[in-house]
Amino acid sequence: MKFIEARKLIHEYIRRDEEGNVESILTALDQVDLDVKQGEFVAVLGHNGSGKSTLAKHLNVLLTASGGTLWVDGKDTKDPDNLWAIRQNAGMVFQNPDNQIIASVVEEDVAFGPENIGVSTPEIWKRVERSLKSVGMIKYREHSPNRLSGGQKQRIAIAGVMAMEPKCIVLDEPTAMLDPNGRREVLDAVEQLNKEKGITVILITHYMEEVVRADRVYVMDNGRVVMQGTPRSIFSQVDTLKSYRLDVPQITLLAYELRNAGLNIPEGILTRQELVEALCRLY
Amino acid sequence: MLRDITIGQYYPADSVIHKLDPRTKLMGALLYIVSLFVFRGVAGFAAVTLTLIFIIALSKVPFGYMVRGLKAIVVILVITIVFNLFLTPGEPLVEFWKFRITWQGLENAGFMAVRLTYLILGSSVLTLTTTPNQLTDGMEQALKPLNKIRIPVHEISMMMSIALRFIPILIEETDKIMKAQLARGAEFESGNLIKKAKSLVPLLVPLFISAFRRANDLAMAMEARCYHGGQGRTKMKPLRYKRKDAAAYLLSVGYFAGVIALRIVF
Repeated sequence: MKFIEARKLIHEYIRRDEEGNVESILTALDQVDLDVKQGEFVAVLGHNGSGKSTLAKHLNVLLTASGGTLWVDGKDTKDPDNLWAIRQNAGMVFQNPDNQIIASVVEEDVAFGPENIGVSTPEIWKRVERSLKSVGMIKYREHSPNRLSGGQKQRIAIAGVMAMEPKCIVLDEPTAMLDPNGRREVLDAVEQLNKEKGITVILITHYMEEVVRADRVYVMDNGRVVMQGTPRSIFSQVDTLKSYRLDVPQITLLAYELRNAGLNIPEGILTRQELVEALCRLY
Repeated sequence: MLRDITIGQYYPADSVIHKLDPRTKLMGALLYIVSLFVFRGVAGFAAVTLTLIFIIALSKVPFGYMVRGLKAIVVILVITIVFNLFLTPGEPLVEFWKFRITWQGLENAGFMAVRLTYLILGSSVLTLTTTPNQLTDGMEQALKPLNKIRIPVHEISMMMSIALRFIPILIEETDKIMKAQLARGAEFESGNLIKKAKSLVPLLVPLFISAFRRANDLAMAMEARCYHGGQGRTKMKPLRYKRKDAAAYLLSVGYFAGVIALRIVF
């Protein structure tokens, strides 16, 4: 079943001068087509200014399209009546962990979403417990978010979204401000939710290493979707990726260079393990 | 310098006062504050003092911890005492040069100092035994009737709790900006008052910009989590009155009536 379907989605940022005349139009999304099935892990990759964050904000109806259509969970995002249903079903995690935590106690922050949608008090307690457990943060439930690390804060933010029991989580560069440890923590939590609970995940990022875990990858440049496919098929096109100012993971790059130098190893190597095996097979 | 800000200093302890409903405590604090300005004479003074000692003992917050809060008002206290001492007309007690201290002045100064000190001590019992969240929750509930005259009570309390959440973050950020500027040769500590104030401008501008950016992000994050005002909102920790709240209400009303009675009788 299709969970997200976008057809020729367009978004324009229009700048006006003081008299209201149009000064400039920036097309952030240009005829974007996107299909995400329920339970899929999709990554959207792109350089700064490629329109990937704008796309993410459309999925949660924080922005609405200037043209084209976007259906989330079978509901048209243009219809204002669908707004709260879509926001509840497609939760969103943002880049800066500090700027999305509302309460001064972890468990109260996780409860913020369910409180807003009018869940009964005993049910809120159950959901808070469940979602804090699912990201491995249950021991911190009574802590203040100020004392936690970036990775932990981001997991709290994910728990806050999970407590609304969405079908899908959109993560808009969730690891951009984290150290490598925090990054791994967050991605492990996300992957676990995807595998164990069947939550649809849309990960917006510019880190290549994170994309490897996804089922499918969309590459964006200048507001357009320029490549799509499995991580393996995307990363085997090293030169095309470079033309979009994107780097492939170092292991893939190494394999690519070795292959160019004449070694007989397959295309699109993603992990160190794979490269080791391919090299062992040579001799 | 920035770490000294002590808004919402909660002192965790296991006491009756801690467990009271925040609305009860707010009401009690209100009655107490009014009573401070109602009492007169030694009997009233004694009643107020005994009550304060009783409440502080009940709260299990160390007394030294509370007295620390008084530092903030030392200047105000001194000014009040000086003005009352020298400017109250009446029967002269001592006279030198142009100054004259009167009996009434002495009395006024004494009582005023006591009132201010007790005011701070009493209200710090409230803030030390109630978490900021409980406090804003309590205010929201207690002020709910004001909704009818179109005062956005929910929004105000939401703003207060968000402000409390962001105080440590903004303090940290100020520290960071300050260090960044110090590293580039800025001076914050030297010079006269005007120079010091001027040196704060390059500190405040980036702080404001970043605060606005944070506010924007936060608003978006709140909307993404379906926030749409107070309507139809449920609570994870709804406030419920218990037995001890009834007792506390009775005691505080009784105390208030007592103070008024003492004023009328004496």
